[in-house]
Amino acid sequence: MTPRVTPAEQRQLDVRIPSDVQYIEAIVEQVVLRCAAHSYPRRHLALNVPVALTEAISNAILRGNHDDAARSVHVRADVDSSRLVLEVRDEGIGFDLDACTEDPTTPENLLREDGRGLFLMRRLMDHVERFSDGGNVVRLILHRA
Amino acid sequence: MSFSVSTRGDVCIVEVEGQLIVGNRQELKQKILDELEKGTRKVLVDFARTGYIDSSGLGVLVSLAKKIREMGGDLRLANLNDDLQTLFELTKLDTLFQISETRERALENF
Repeated sequence: MTPRVTPAEQRQLDVRIPSDVQYIEAIVEQVVLRCAAHSYPRRHLALNVPVALTEAISNAILRGNHDDAARSVHVRADVDSSRLVLEVRDEGIGFDLDACTEDPTTPENLLREDGRGLFLMRRLMDHVERFSDGGNVVRLILHRA
Repeated sequence: MSFSVSTRGDVCIVEVEGQLIVGNRQELKQKILDELEKGTRKVLVDFARTGYIDSSGLGVLVSLAKKIREMGGDLRLANLNDDLQTLFELTKLDTLFQISETRERALENF
């Protein structure tokens, strides 16, 4: 029997994972399911949400927590019919988001293997911010329309 | 998610099933490096059955393309859906790779 999902469960996700990139895909799937339940556009479900959230969680694991399995990453998602708010919290010291402005699409950067994560988050989400609240938090917001 | 490898003439075809992301990019890289070790110089990555790709996946494709071109070969792409095409356009990687609509078209002039 399929478990009944309450409206609150359908709207929110609150999960803590070890710093292991193998957990990312399952979390992304859960968030996409909630967005689909609120009729987000197909493009959001197939591109914006999965790519931006994968970037945020992998940054938290690999950069924030330095791939230390003893440290955890806390992911919260709040979805309604108007917007998706994602918060990804790691145990790192944080970084200056405004200082990370390098453009990976310039000719001198195009052949670099890295440097596209934050760029993609910014391009695929409507709002990206970072703050500290005892941990290092990246908040992403995407409007449904 | 998995990768299947086949050959057509002198072209190695790698099909990406599922996502190409931080958790499995090294597996793709190693599979293609193994083919290069065997003498392959033409690699076609087929995304017909791919969901999404993150920056790590894109980075691996860039890294492999550089290496293969240095060896005198090429890495080309086929079957990007609209979302993946947009991803390559956003990052301007559509200017770095030869991208074909179908596998057959990619193989025609490889």
